[in-house]
Amino acid sequence: MDLFEYQAKKLFAEHGVPVPTGKTATTPEEARAIAAELGGKVVVKAQVKAGGRGKAGGVKVADGPDDAFAKATAILGMDIKGHTVHSVLVEEASNIAEEYYASFLLDRANRTFLAMASREGGMEIEEVAATNPDALARIAIDPLTGVDAAKAREIAVAAKLPEAALAGAAELLAKLWTVFVKSDATLVEVNPLILTAEGRVIALDGKVSLDENADFRHPENAAFVDVSAVDPLEQKAKEKGLNYVKLEGEVGIIGNGAGLVMSTLDVVTYAGEEFGGKRPANFLDIGGGASAEVMANGLSIILGDPAVKSVFVNIFGGITSCDAVANGIVQALKIVGDVTTPLVVRLDGNNAEEGRRILKEANLPVVKPVDTMDGAAKLAAELAAAAA
Amino acid sequence: MAIWLDENSRVVVQGITGSEGTKHTRRMLAAGTNVVAGVNPRKVGQQVEGVPVFGTVADAIEQAGANVSVIFVPPKFTKDAAIEAIDAAIGLAVVITEGVPVHDTTEFWAYSQSKGTTRIIGPNCPGIASPGLSNAGIIPADITPGGRIGLVSKSGTLTYQMMYELREFGFSTCVGIGGDPVIGTTHIDALDAFQADPGTDAIVMIGEIGGDAEERAAAHIEAHVTKPVVGYVAGFTAPEGKTMGHAGAIVSGSSGTAQAKKEALEKAGVRVGKTPSETARLMADIMRSL
Repeated sequence: MDLFEYQAKKLFAEHGVPVPTGKTATTPEEARAIAAELGGKVVVKAQVKAGGRGKAGGVKVADGPDDAFAKATAILGMDIKGHTVHSVLVEEASNIAEEYYASFLLDRANRTFLAMASREGGMEIEEVAATNPDALARIAIDPLTGVDAAKAREIAVAAKLPEAALAGAAELLAKLWTVFVKSDATLVEVNPLILTAEGRVIALDGKVSLDENADFRHPENAAFVDVSAVDPLEQKAKEKGLNYVKLEGEVGIIGNGAGLVMSTLDVVTYAGEEFGGKRPANFLDIGGGASAEVMANGLSIILGDPAVKSVFVNIFGGITSCDAVANGIVQALKIVGDVTTPLVVRLDGNNAEEGRRILKEANLPVVKPVDTMDGAAKLAAELAAAAA
Repeated sequence: MAIWLDENSRVVVQGITGSEGTKHTRRMLAAGTNVVAGVNPRKVGQQVEGVPVFGTVADAIEQAGANVSVIFVPPKFTKDAAIEAIDAAIGLAVVITEGVPVHDTTEFWAYSQSKGTTRIIGPNCPGIASPGLSNAGIIPADITPGGRIGLVSKSGTLTYQMMYELREFGFSTCVGIGGDPVIGTTHIDALDAFQADPGTDAIVMIGEIGGDAEERAAAHIEAHVTKPVVGYVAGFTAPEGKTMGHAGAIVSGSSGTAQAKKEALEKAGVRVGKTPSETARLMADIMRSL
């Protein structure tokens, strides 16, 4: 889960990483009040989960409360790379002397953590990495020892930060590491990390990605979820404990196992090319069990999507057996009721014969059994095309 | 012949008293696996499915001769369970648990490397099976008999599908390495082991979107693997920025796409199937020609 800047800065502040004082506003009036409270110059910053906010006009300096009102009026409601601005962060303006870059992240390829830091901050770090790779220090962090004061200083020195910023930057980096570890983050990034004219080192921006697998030890993270951005069907699926992702096509997909479902999306897309470009409407992995209840929950979510014209149920009976899945489908159709959308069902693996027999005997007109995955994908695409 | 798991494997189940642990202990036993011990410090002396429960992995090694651990404990306790297995210097620890925080995995992986005595498979994986010899994890044992194909895969059900489609040939060993961002055993580790295994003639490698493990495996195949390799990658049509079921399966920007992985594999001489069935046919052709 990616956080908004203001959420990232809240985490930073909780762990002692210095950030400018500020608050969020969802109306120009609120922005004016915050600016009045802060006094002096303020910065009004669009809160969207996208880079390049400055270039898009989403970050503006305001002279005082009335100007903050005007700047917030301009920024709220803006579209930045497809994200609508619903709130702004109003914070005290800083006297920037220099801009740097710092981050800690999960290094998948090397199965460890990585610190990256640079004297070149304020611009996209990918650009620094491409145009001036020597300016970006990369230091592997041993997960067993982490970042202490000495390691933090080593990172700051490797980034070639000037003497004036070294002590402040090292202190900030050590605290930023604490944020990374204590929040179970996969990324904490500060760009820019600034040295002020007064000689302080502070985090002027903040980007944090959290590991959702660790939510069980962070109940406070629930407050970070951006409810307005969650698709209602995805939300409903999550409440039912289902792994569902909404996509743009017409063929509803239910399968067991993430890899098999991903593969099903591909096979349906290929098959759909013959039928005017019919595509999968969703990703839905019902996992190993596939009981009638889980199948019914899955079906009702998929059929709740008005774009769905046909459904492909693709089950490989490994741990679960196909006769149980077939019974699950028959009962699920009774639970959901009134299903008119055709259901192409492919059962293979454990007890597949018995599963196919159960479906045949149930004699349900909407159920179309097909023996192979490729054949079933083709029929599902064809039926979606015929219904359109 | 097989890799990492064979008729001499003596399995200890960490989390044997939990519902998943008990269920899969029963299944492993039914598959002929030599399950010699379970671990639960609060249930020492009890039996589960006829298997004695010990207090620690170290006790299971000392008193029951265990040399492979299969871990079924919940995500909250997985790191501690893995570290216990590593401290006991067991040769192989298979972490089935799904939903382990990546900080925990990164830590116990680093710990295993610092000790240098334990191979980790997983987490979030179906385990490893050498059909007819032993089965450590949740891979269904009755899909395929033993044979001479080696299989390494990020995905569980795609593994089962491939085993099913190639059951007339059979498999030496099937390794499910898991779909998390950080995993213990990689495609490369399995490729090397299959290359060295006299009981394996050809290798199926199944990948999926996210990360660059397949690209690195491709470079490795080009330099070190002479046995024929057939590949499949899931997720060609997955959109950017959406996690597809596995925590590691996400396309971000231009990195981690299935297309890039396919191209890298083909460049290394790997025949890549467009669908699981086509991939199986490519492997069947190879097995018939050997």
